[in-house]
Amino acid sequence: MPPLEFVQKLKTKFGPVISEPAEFRGEITLNLSDAGRIAEVCEFAKTELGFDYLVDVSSVDNYGEDPRWTVVYHLRSLTQGNELRLKTEVSEEKSELPTVMTIWKTANWHEREIYDMMGIRFSGHPDLRRILMWEGYPYFPLRKDFPLAGKPTDLPGVAFAKPAPLEGGPFVTVAGGKDAIQREPRVRTPEG
Amino acid sequence: MRTNTEIGYDSKIEGDVIVTRVDAALNWFRKNSIWPMPMGLACCAIELMAVGASRFDISRFGSEVMRFSPRQADCMIVAGTVTYKMAMCVKRIYDQMPEPRWVIAMGACASTGGMYRSYAVLQGVDNIIPVDVYVSGCPPRPEAVLDALMKLQDKIGQQPVLTELTALAAFKS
Repeated sequence: MPPLEFVQKLKTKFGPVISEPAEFRGEITLNLSDAGRIAEVCEFAKTELGFDYLVDVSSVDNYGEDPRWTVVYHLRSLTQGNELRLKTEVSEEKSELPTVMTIWKTANWHEREIYDMMGIRFSGHPDLRRILMWEGYPYFPLRKDFPLAGKPTDLPGVAFAKPAPLEGGPFVTVAGGKDAIQREPRVRTPEG
Repeated sequence: MRTNTEIGYDSKIEGDVIVTRVDAALNWFRKNSIWPMPMGLACCAIELMAVGASRFDISRFGSEVMRFSPRQADCMIVAGTVTYKMAMCVKRIYDQMPEPRWVIAMGACASTGGMYRSYAVLQGVDNIIPVDVYVSGCPPRPEAVLDALMKLQDKIGQQPVLTELTALAAFKS
């Protein structure tokens, strides 16, 4: 099935909630305006269009904008070699969308990671626990408003955390410096 | 039988007797059979395997008996990045080691957090357990780990074991 054909099938099935396809270097991106229908769209993509492999689920924090979250699904068809990227936006107040774990089992851990790092919940997920940080950690560390050095926490008997000493950092390398001193990572403020 | 080597100890004169201090003898026992507990947490653990393997051969220093039970180990070699999630486990394993016990912090991460100035990584294992020897490197060469072991042996050789033991006995009675 050539790329435009499956885009056309998606558009006839779901109508205006699917955006016009954006193409970049042979990869097709579709925006889904209603995040609540993501599971439906994915189900159709798997059963009717042959996208049998969920490559990745990731999330973007558009801090300061509304809606704040973008959740990105990378789909691949192993039999036809097609790739499809689905993007959908979720507002901060809602911070929830349906799970696709019932369609691809691999989504289980991807969604747990997004929940752990960003705090976006997936309704219908059977086991939505933190996956990297420990149970009881109070923050979502990949959010843009979470400081790079971390925040102090203490959960007695389980784990504690302290802010890391950045010593004026973050340290930034400069490409193309003429000697090692210029190239090595140093404290660089936007002004200097 | 006559020999032409001159050594400090002559069995013809002293017989089966060696004169030394109890401290020195006890320390000699201790420092030449340090049983390490490999606390392998990241890529440093791969280099630690090389230290134990034939090319570098940690058994030349009496430490080939890697024990995976802390109860049978003398020296914990913390090899790798200690995350906050793992920190309490490392502490608990250290607490299970019998006295006397020592710790080698192997590599930049275990010593200071290394390149991970991050919300997830403990900034040096000395925040939770006392460290005797720090090894620089990312990861350190096996020779550096052996050097750390020799440094630790020197340190053990200088410990006043007997005073500690008598103090402990006095404390218990």
